[in-house]
Amino acid sequence: MGSYFWEMIAGTTPALTLPLKGRESQGTPSPSGGRRGWGWFIKRWPILFSAIALAITTGSTPAAELRIGLSGEVTSLDPHLLASQPNLTVARHVFESLTDVDPQTRLIPGLAESWRAIDATTWEFNLRRGVKFHDGSDFTAEDAAFSLQRPLSIKGSPGGFASYVRAIASATAVDAHTLRIKTKYPYGALPEDINSILIVSRKNALNAGPEDFDAGRAMIGTGPYKFVRYQRGDRLELARHDGWWGKAPAWPSWDRVTLRVIPADPSRTASLLSGELDVIEHVPSADIKKINKNNNLRVTQTTSWRTILLHLDQYRAQPPGITDVSGKPLAKNPFMDLRVRQAISKAINRAAIAERVMEGLAVPAANIVSPGVFGHNAALKAEAYDVEGAKKLLAAAGYPNGFHVTLAGPNNRYINDEQVLQTVAQLLTRVGIITRVEAMPMSAFLGRVRKEETSFALLGWGSFAADLALRSLVAAPNPDKGYGAWNWGRYANPRVDALMEQALGSVDRNKRETLAREANTLAMNDLAFIPLHHQVVSWAMRTGLNYTPRTDEFTFAHHFTPR
Amino acid sequence: MLNFTLRRLAQSAVTLFVMSLLVFTGVYAIGNPVDILINPQADQAEIAQTIARLGLDRPLWEQYWIFLKGALTGDLGKSFAASIPAIELIFERMPATLELAFMAMLIAIVLGIPLGLLAGLKPDSWIGRSIMAGSILGFSLPTFWVGLMLIMVFSVQLGWLPTTGRGATVDIFGIPVSFLTWDGIRHLILPATNLALFKLSLLIRLTRAGTREAMLQDYVRYARAKGVPESNVVRIHVLRNILIPIVTVVGLELGSLIAFAVVTETVFAWPGMGKLLIDSINVLDRPVIVAYLLVIVFLFIFINLLVDLLYTALDPRVRLKGSR
Amino acid sequence: MTAALSPTREFTTGFTRDRIALGAFWVLCALLVTAFIAPWITPQNPYDLAQLDILDAKLAPGAASAAGYTHWLGTDDQGRDMVSAILYGLRISIGVGVLSTVAALGLGLVIGLVSARAGGWVDALIMRIVDLQLSFPAILVALILLALAGQGVDKIIIALVVVQWAYYARTVRGAALVELKKEYVDAAVCAGYSGTRILFRHVLPNVLPPLIVVATVQVAHAIALEATLSFLGLGMPITSPSLGLLIANGYTHLLSGKYWISFFPGIALLVTIVAINLVGDQLRDVLNPRLK
Repeated sequence: MGSYFWEMIAGTTPALTLPLKGRESQGTPSPSGGRRGWGWFIKRWPILFSAIALAITTGSTPAAELRIGLSGEVTSLDPHLLASQPNLTVARHVFESLTDVDPQTRLIPGLAESWRAIDATTWEFNLRRGVKFHDGSDFTAEDAAFSLQRPLSIKGSPGGFASYVRAIASATAVDAHTLRIKTKYPYGALPEDINSILIVSRKNALNAGPEDFDAGRAMIGTGPYKFVRYQRGDRLELARHDGWWGKAPAWPSWDRVTLRVIPADPSRTASLLSGELDVIEHVPSADIKKINKNNNLRVTQTTSWRTILLHLDQYRAQPPGITDVSGKPLAKNPFMDLRVRQAISKAINRAAIAERVMEGLAVPAANIVSPGVFGHNAALKAEAYDVEGAKKLLAAAGYPNGFHVTLAGPNNRYINDEQVLQTVAQLLTRVGIITRVEAMPMSAFLGRVRKEETSFALLGWGSFAADLALRSLVAAPNPDKGYGAWNWGRYANPRVDALMEQALGSVDRNKRETLAREANTLAMNDLAFIPLHHQVVSWAMRTGLNYTPRTDEFTFAHHFTPR
Repeated sequence: MLNFTLRRLAQSAVTLFVMSLLVFTGVYAIGNPVDILINPQADQAEIAQTIARLGLDRPLWEQYWIFLKGALTGDLGKSFAASIPAIELIFERMPATLELAFMAMLIAIVLGIPLGLLAGLKPDSWIGRSIMAGSILGFSLPTFWVGLMLIMVFSVQLGWLPTTGRGATVDIFGIPVSFLTWDGIRHLILPATNLALFKLSLLIRLTRAGTREAMLQDYVRYARAKGVPESNVVRIHVLRNILIPIVTVVGLELGSLIAFAVVTETVFAWPGMGKLLIDSINVLDRPVIVAYLLVIVFLFIFINLLVDLLYTALDPRVRLKGSR
Repeated sequence: MTAALSPTREFTTGFTRDRIALGAFWVLCALLVTAFIAPWITPQNPYDLAQLDILDAKLAPGAASAAGYTHWLGTDDQGRDMVSAILYGLRISIGVGVLSTVAALGLGLVIGLVSARAGGWVDALIMRIVDLQLSFPAILVALILLALAGQGVDKIIIALVVVQWAYYARTVRGAALVELKKEYVDAAVCAGYSGTRILFRHVLPNVLPPLIVVATVQVAHAIALEATLSFLGLGMPITSPSLGLLIANGYTHLLSGKYWISFFPGIALLVTIVAINLVGDQLRDVLNPRLK
């Protein structure tokens, strides 16, 4: 045995390989290959890409099949188990909801052809006739009523759907094609909220649990695609539902669809380049330019509903991580002073972040919601980069020498989140606010936030409407009403809250949007948080394909058309 | 022998217990899975309800007690994110990982032992030196980077092999395997090579060192002096003497291959257990993390025990403590 | 070993026999020196955010900076001069590798010797802890430590020690068990020396040389592990990148042709690790009594 001692000690150390970042961006720890290998590789990038082009043209597939690379991990096929974007993406191929949203997030009819508020707390939905489930049975108001209460009945569910139905007092089928919903209080956002509740077949889902959906038994919806096969962590195969109610031009172009889950960015791009996939979602920012130059591939993009913002502690006298230049505690919390918040906003060069850090995948923000989203105020302009102005404001607020802060944020959640954090720190340091960065995985970051250990933190938010976003992000935290659950800085402004409450209580959409816009403007002028940018969401696909980019970031096979 | 086995099993049970306790506490300390899993639109009431529904509002010791009671009856809890028994999720993914690990080990053995032998027999020739230089590179190159380069060269540029995923499977005794279909093998080649690289370097070095030492032994010198053909010397005297420790190492390394297939699985979107672990860590899906680690530790202990017993059987000079 | 030459002389002659190893040794020395004097020779302190400019980001090698000097190896996505960043990163990587290895070696040595000497239930307990440790994926250890303690050089060193000590403990125990069975130990026992004395004065010197070899190679592994951890966002703070973190940051730009961001740090890391491995290999061959 002894003779191997020497070799074993030199070699059998525990393998020092480790897994990678969770979500989209994953690179390599790698110190690179043999020296020759590398140089060779880099010199030949152009050749490599033309080879890819060749691979794509020769490896063409029958037009009736579409293979899509998704970026997020799907945890379950049960549409009512977990309200996460990846889960809903796959579920929405098989199931539909009463109200739908168009690519610009505006409400359009879904399984309900029309709806109206009869009075302040009663809504009536007229359901589409002649809609069939995949098993051939008819879709009725009973199925809709059942689906609205099912999310709350799943035992041990990680949930997320309760908030969408919290306002509902009762949902009853008046007749086979009329659903009446009573709300507990006047609530204008009901049609938005129930967009997230997918309609399952009562007959098939009555006693079904998540395992029945994963096995395909309960995957009986009304949607354009039928369940074929599911391999967890790998792929979902679908076939067109020929009895679907939709008509041309909405009729799906693909007989068969394969949804592959590939969270690693480089792997997803590589699968598209090799021609194994026709489409990928969430194109890595660094690869966009290259893909655009490739004659066989194209990119479509639009401003996403996700706004990246910085929460500032506005409730503690001495928030953690904030000190004066010499490291001693400050007399008061600088973030409570509007001039300091304005100085921070002016110190941030949003155009440089959008161009340099995000490589064009961002639009400077001044709003709580993206352009085009309900309640967006186009009159608000992103704060211009102004170092001198920022310094003046800081001096006026009593901090001519600046102070120290710690900026925390995730490093695996949003596009280039870590780089954004660093750039903000760099820019703030330049005006005297010396900023330390703490970037960590989302799981650890949220743990820190919940323990109230952060005072300056980055968050991304997507919403259908400004009043809904204000309710979560800006309203003074109030657990009884469900306000301010994500208002980490505990900003509190009674006027904003009152306007937001009025907006949500209005069943008249025009009135509601005016109020929501006003509340949004008020909160933004007071810098309840610092808006950084709206993300841009992108898809890359074969040139022969077309997709209207969606603000809500969803990828739907049935919306892809051949060009 | 029996005594030894029993004692090791008892010790292993303690190991499993301590391990589960540590993981449980550790994951608890990081944060609350509900914070990550929950839909951002959720309000405080729903967050609280969800935490209560998953039993996360109870004190840690009580959560652990519930887990322990379940674990003793074979129930390791349901995944928070998928609402399916954690152990089921793991067993569902296990064939893919085992297939990958076995294939990688096969590649490492088939290439590693001959190359190591060659390098050991001719340590100062250019071929011996090249092999050793290659093995040093194999040690130094990070798995992840090599994986991507393999994809770039063989899938994207040359178009020979698929980039990611697992190929078509066929069921053998109800277990889906992919190495029996052409499509499956094509999907398997790159990830298995990627995973094999580190072990390949290890085996080359082990074999080389063993060969060099064996060649200096008296019995080899004697055999050569006697005029036994070189190939026979190698086959009969050298190979046989270095094989026992190599078998041991291969056994032990198989465990680590399974445990650390994580990187390769992520790069190649291989639907195995390692990828499941990473996904679970990202959302703090504690039941899956704990169950995964218990399964891995169990595998390790099992393999170690097996190797110890095998070693005793193969080499009578080694006596196990406790067998007296 | 023969008595004709002093052990040191013999060692030196043995080591310098292989020109590749000797070359690696000098490369390693050069890297160590450069890393050490980095703050005095680099044009920029890449860890000082005030010295960076986002408008200088992703400049190609040879481009001029706003401040007037040339970025010979280009800049990264924050506008860090790559030459400065690599030298500072090397400093961190080597420092972390050496410190954590020495600490883990010390800890593992003591625990392993105690385990071997004590035997019985103490030995069994320690070995099961070692089993436990070795079967524990390093990512979880790192994630937990990070969650509890946050990022930083000190934390990553602690994490690396936690990940590595068990390996030394097991190796030392194995070697010590072999030594304890040898005649000289019996002789020492007969001479009436105490157990502790035998352990540290007699067994330790015989166990130590192979361990030093392991440690040499292990420094390379620690550097690689640190790189991987940093790459995962679990190690060094993003504002003071080590080599691994530089590579990770640059990796996303590789496809777009901005190779220099991860290429040059990659070369630096590769050269360091290969040099250490070569030196370690040669040390092992020289010190291995069986190959004499």
